[in-house]
Amino acid sequence: MNYIKEFSIILLFSFVGEILNKIIPLPIPASIYGIVLLFTALETKLIKLRDIEKTGQFLIDIMPVMFIPAAVGLLESWGIVKSSILEYLTVMAVSTVLVMAVSGIVTQLIIKKSGEKNNENN
Amino acid sequence: MKTIEFLENSVFFGVMISFLSYGLGVFLKKKTGLAIINPLLMAVIIVTAFLAVTKIDYQKYYAGAKYISYLLTPATVSLAIPLHRQFELLKKNIRAILCGIISGAVTSFLCVLAMAVIFKFSHKEYVTFLPKSITTAIGMGVSEELGGYVAITAAIIIITGIFGNIIGETVFKIFHITEPVAKGIALGTSSHAIGTAKAMELGETEGAMSSLSIVICGLFTVIGSMIFAKFI
Repeated sequence: MNYIKEFSIILLFSFVGEILNKIIPLPIPASIYGIVLLFTALETKLIKLRDIEKTGQFLIDIMPVMFIPAAVGLLESWGIVKSSILEYLTVMAVSTVLVMAVSGIVTQLIIKKSGEKNNENN
Repeated sequence: MKTIEFLENSVFFGVMISFLSYGLGVFLKKKTGLAIINPLLMAVIIVTAFLAVTKIDYQKYYAGAKYISYLLTPATVSLAIPLHRQFELLKKNIRAILCGIISGAVTSFLCVLAMAVIFKFSHKEYVTFLPKSITTAIGMGVSEELGGYVAITAAIIIITGIFGNIIGETVFKIFHITEPVAKGIALGTSSHAIGTAKAMELGETEGAMSSLSIVICGLFTVIGSMIFAKFI
């Protein structure tokens, strides 16, 4: 019975996300509305964590597998990218590494700085 | 020949082989302890190789495998759970987190702009790449809105995700990123949900911060890419 309740709640938030995606003219997918709404519901205690926790954890655990079908399908788009594949891959690789490094370094730097400040205050 | 035909029409084959390959990837990684063995990449290679050897058409595989992708929205919605559990940590570091995500998003725009100039991209190619670091559904929407090649945007987003998932730990080593919050933000900002899968592997804090980055970076990119689209 628990799993029925848990999965129903998660599907309900996915469905509401789908409705919002339909009526709001922005390129924001159902899942983003859903995650924001479910998070709000958890914070306001409208939904209790234990009412969704097990099923949610199961879905999160198997999430990487959900990307496999689309990733295998990449070969299908070979025809449209092959003429500029090297340039495209260069842009992809360089920017991914830089974005990862910059966002990580900036976050870490500010955390460390504010940590030092807190220590001084104490 | 009969067997192949059966596999092509099977309801469970596509999902099963996806899970088995991923499981095998996880097993190999544990067994060898090599960071270079990435379960997701292994799974993609195994499935692709299997389809090539048995000459099973991708569309036939996808007809069954798509049922696993159906759960992607409920799974993404469930990322609210780690986010909720880590909310205290999030509030404590809110300034660092927001600065990290926004600096990452701006880096992505500048990087794409700079390389579009170097490679002499057309406007259409340039806007195809602008939303490359964000989750597929938002990215495809942005690309369509700006008049890019939507199919290429989708492909680049997925490749970006897998690439980020693979190189994450190496980048953290090179740039001495040790703070779990920073690792999560870096993965989510650079490689969306597929990077978040890696962040979840690293730990709950990393996973929660990465989930948050998907949302904030995604929304920020919707606005930012409209401004940056005017530059080429």
